[in-house]
Amino acid sequence: MSEAKVLLRGGRVVDPEQRLDGELDVLLADGRVARLGENLPAPEDGEVVDCRGLVVTPGLVDVHVHLREPGGERKETIASGARAAAAGGFTSICAMPNTDPVIDSPATVGFVAAAGRAAAMARVYPVGALSIGQEGERLTEIGELVGAGAVGITDDGRPVMDSGLMRMALEYSQAFDIPVADHPEDLGLSRGGAMNEGVVSARMGLRGKPNASEDVHILRDLLVAEHTGGHIHIQHVSTRRGVEAIRAAKARGVRVTAEATPHHLLLTDEAVEGYRTDAKMNPPLRSAADREAVVTGLLDGTLDVLATDHAPHHYDEKEQAFDDAPFGVVGLETALGLLLTHFVHSGRIDFSTLVERMSRAPARAFRLAGGDLREGGPGDVTLVDPDVEWIVDPERFESRSRNTPFGGWELKGRAVRTIVGGRTVWSTGGGG
Amino acid sequence: MTRPRSPLGKDLIGLEELSAHQIRTILDTAEPFKEISERRIKKVPVLRGNTIVNLFMEPSTRTRVSFEFAEKRLGADTVNIASSGSSVQKGETLVDTARNLEAMRIDMVVIRHPSSGAARFLAERIPSNVINAGDGSHEHPTQALLDILTIRDHRPELEGLKVCIVGDILHSRVARSNIFGLLKLGGEVGVCGPMTLLPPGLESLGVKVFRRIEEAIEWADVLNVLRLQLERMQGGFVPSLREYNRFYGVTTPRLKRARQNILVLHPGPMNRGVEIDSDVADGPQSVILRQVTNGVAVRMAVLYLLAGGSPERAEAAKQGQGEVA
Repeated sequence: MSEAKVLLRGGRVVDPEQRLDGELDVLLADGRVARLGENLPAPEDGEVVDCRGLVVTPGLVDVHVHLREPGGERKETIASGARAAAAGGFTSICAMPNTDPVIDSPATVGFVAAAGRAAAMARVYPVGALSIGQEGERLTEIGELVGAGAVGITDDGRPVMDSGLMRMALEYSQAFDIPVADHPEDLGLSRGGAMNEGVVSARMGLRGKPNASEDVHILRDLLVAEHTGGHIHIQHVSTRRGVEAIRAAKARGVRVTAEATPHHLLLTDEAVEGYRTDAKMNPPLRSAADREAVVTGLLDGTLDVLATDHAPHHYDEKEQAFDDAPFGVVGLETALGLLLTHFVHSGRIDFSTLVERMSRAPARAFRLAGGDLREGGPGDVTLVDPDVEWIVDPERFESRSRNTPFGGWELKGRAVRTIVGGRTVWSTGGGG
Repeated sequence: MTRPRSPLGKDLIGLEELSAHQIRTILDTAEPFKEISERRIKKVPVLRGNTIVNLFMEPSTRTRVSFEFAEKRLGADTVNIASSGSSVQKGETLVDTARNLEAMRIDMVVIRHPSSGAARFLAERIPSNVINAGDGSHEHPTQALLDILTIRDHRPELEGLKVCIVGDILHSRVARSNIFGLLKLGGEVGVCGPMTLLPPGLESLGVKVFRRIEEAIEWADVLNVLRLQLERMQGGFVPSLREYNRFYGVTTPRLKRARQNILVLHPGPMNRGVEIDSDVADGPQSVILRQVTNGVAVRMAVLYLLAGGSPERAEAAKQGQGEVA
């Protein structure tokens, strides 16, 4: 693949891999990072991008998105999701397998990968199902799925309730060096809950999922991972005991990576007041103490990966009584702005940590190319204007869906250009 | 045509949203309406020309009939829509149902729905007045209002009165509405039931939680005994009806430890021999049938007020002098 050369000139380059945070030029050539340095000469046959006032980061990576194709194309397609990702500054995304049909065969993995390439926006990496049909009974052909392009396995959308099956997945997957991702929820304890169990659910007359439903499952996963030596990736952690358990497991060397989502970092179950279905997600928004624990976990690296759990739903599915509406919120186009506004500008984390959580750590967790700006690596770069002020307007999303609790939020900072393999796929100037 | 402003706002969704003053207004307005049901000709033209839809998406006899009597005695035109055989069963969404009702230019909707929040959902989407006749486990405001009216008939001073709600609090919209309403009026509220049927965080709402029925009965001035839904057994919340009756049933021997003038309420329909024994239900402390009578008066008051009737003119309205819309 030969792409025109691009010189990103004069930006603040932030790359935790190389411990870089300073003004540098970045030259992209042949789809790769060709050179980093001061005052690089403009290429004869290429573009020069004036990056003064911008932050140049390795392309952002979201290891947890639902693209709904095949089967749910009115909510999202692989192409629309990959475009929404690019608009949010993401250059790589991992597509969850809970589609219809489930992505549990080499053919379906290949379909997702091919549709992702055809979209030519953010890179789309398929994640295969852990069990056939996500029924929680028999392992998929994990090796074949990896051969077809899967970068991990999960039954996300459903937890793996059978501990024996989880054990086998964590053992068998080690030959292929992929993470086993799990949605931690003990279904017996959460029993049909529609939101967090607490005072708010008691008042509103909604069934609750107690913290314990997530805690026991996280502990189970950690213990089975410890026993097998496999790599467990805990999705969307929302409870304080869950964060504590992961911190303790990391301290004793368990191979675990874990996610925090923007909504669990910023909202509590009070956002559900008024039966707002755009605040209905699974795991649910929890108490202020839980939210603060998730923040602490993100800051200290217990939760090493920021992931959106981008879960598009058609507006008419969300415009229902609370119990009847599906779980999930979109996240690709708001994550960076939310994190910049509420964590970087507020001084809670520095830019380098943000890039670590949104690029390097997720790329490493799923063994994806990128996550840094080393010379010779893929030319995946996100240009961030940290100071531009904007208001979240769901009507302007590239995603096919609008289900966000952040509509109308005033944010500061966003991606202004997203470059994948040296090619600009999206920019605020209008497309790529 | 705009309607006169109602002292309750557009809708009655729950007692949580009402002020103590608004709740008292409904109770006071219900007083004159009680008498209409005692007449030979039980009809006044207060809501003549108003169309009211009773949209019941969950089985109900008692509440639906009570609303229907209230509407008819006020002279409204009513239509009942039940979930079986309706377009709801054919997969129509609540929002489409709302739009269709609106397109027929109705004045009020009384809605019963299995999902918490459904009444508010409807109210936010149509200009008609919406009355919540029970949404999931959330609220059932007219039931609590008739409970409180019945209590007030016997104990005019609600301030400091101790009311204990017994049974399945977790799934009960009647319990929630009673808790919100009684606390606003200065009452003390206790609950008693198996831990599996008590939601978390009740204490933070200001509710006293009793683990043992004996203690609850000793404490209370009033017992409001909830129906134990038989499906709770399939859910495993209680092991058997027999065990429930043994440990949580309101029985004559247990009432011996109560204060003498204790009142016993039950929103019905009763499972005799489960949550309440027959000799209690039919005994001197029981005001259960009074509740049913008051139900019609309370619902008349709510309909009248939402239609823009003024509390001061309720007495005149019942004499047939004055339509509200």
